[in-house]
Amino acid sequence: MGEFFNIFIKAAFIENLVLAYFLGMCSYLAVSKTVKTAFGLGLAVIFVLGITMPINWLIQENLLSEGGLLGMDLTFLRLILFIAVIASMVQLVEMVVEKYSPSLYNALGIFLPLITVNCAILGGSLFMVSREYNLTESVAFGLGGGFGWFLAIIAIAAIREKIRYSNVPAPLRGLGMAFIITGLMGIAFMSLMGIDPAAFASN
Amino acid sequence: MAAETATKEKEPLLAFGKKERTLLTDPLNDNNPITVQVLGICSALAVTSLVVPSVVMAIAVIFVCAFSSLFTSLLRNYIPKQVRMIVQLVIIATLVTVVELTLRYLNFPIYKQLSVYIGLIITNCIVMGRLEAFAMANKPWRSFLDGVGNGLGYGAILVMVAVIRELFGKGSLFAGSGIEMKIIGANAGYWINTTENAWFGWYANNNLMVLPAAAMFIIGILIWIQRSYNEKLVDIS
Repeated sequence: MGEFFNIFIKAAFIENLVLAYFLGMCSYLAVSKTVKTAFGLGLAVIFVLGITMPINWLIQENLLSEGGLLGMDLTFLRLILFIAVIASMVQLVEMVVEKYSPSLYNALGIFLPLITVNCAILGGSLFMVSREYNLTESVAFGLGGGFGWFLAIIAIAAIREKIRYSNVPAPLRGLGMAFIITGLMGIAFMSLMGIDPAAFASN
Repeated sequence: MAAETATKEKEPLLAFGKKERTLLTDPLNDNNPITVQVLGICSALAVTSLVVPSVVMAIAVIFVCAFSSLFTSLLRNYIPKQVRMIVQLVIIATLVTVVELTLRYLNFPIYKQLSVYIGLIITNCIVMGRLEAFAMANKPWRSFLDGVGNGLGYGAILVMVAVIRELFGKGSLFAGSGIEMKIIGANAGYWINTTENAWFGWYANNNLMVLPAAAMFIIGILIWIQRSYNEKLVDIS
């Protein structure tokens, strides 16, 4: 359990997917104009990241690696399979949510299909492979990474809502300012590097 | 009208006229994928702390963008509307796999350095965005040029950011390649200037430039500069 929190905290705060790795930047900038929509997208990302990560782990271990079911090294198919899993999971999640919770479906709206091309999802899976996580660790990384992404998009959406009333130079308005705020947020998040995840692991 | 159809019939397969030229030059400034369309920021900013990986990344994106546009455009009349996303993703993923394996064969250290970011070209919105916006509705040759143009516009920003970050963050240019140059700072002395007479010998490397945050500031400033010159791009909302 300690290891789980260790990876979760690390993925959410210290190695934030947006602020340290620039993953999911497109939707992060496009959907951060109001807090309400940012909230919906953030939740959807946590959800999809948390689901696809263990599935991709199982595929990587049992199908693609040399010790898997087919007994062949099929890692060159990794990208195609991962993206197919992500696309179909997003589709599945969309259908399930539509059936069982129409209100949540309406709230998420167009953001659900957008998640397929959110680099944070595929990036998370690829990081999982290159860091050789096991199943629990990949679940923790998925949830933690999703939570970090959620925090970042809520924070920037709140800042952008306020900054609309400030007197920003015209050419910098909108996108330019969003970039600079993100940079400042990245520096602010660096102060969290002092957190020692091992302290959580030992408790 | 009659003249227009006549020229259309005569148009050779690989025409390169004014329209085609704008396809290549437009994304460099007025319609830049990063600073104007806000596409494809995701996968590549993290590689811009050094120039060499950024150049490799730019070439990879140009390749993937151009050929995925070409293939999608060739297949555009056969792809059913409902599954077009998946078909596009498969085309892109195949090309990216080709790039990944080629790079691994050609230059393993750079492949390691780029790590997951090569794979992330798949979800680079710029590729998908151009397929949706252009290649699904245009002829193959035009789509190919549009892909090259957007890849170039993207690469231009990438290399610009990388030059600034490496020069001020490490005092060098092209570190890690055969033509590495240490240009400013105390240990400079590779290129025109000598160690005894180094340029800006007092300069201490700015560690901020190595951080990811610096890339955001530099792009913000590039957007600022571009929009001050080009007033029609200013965000009025």
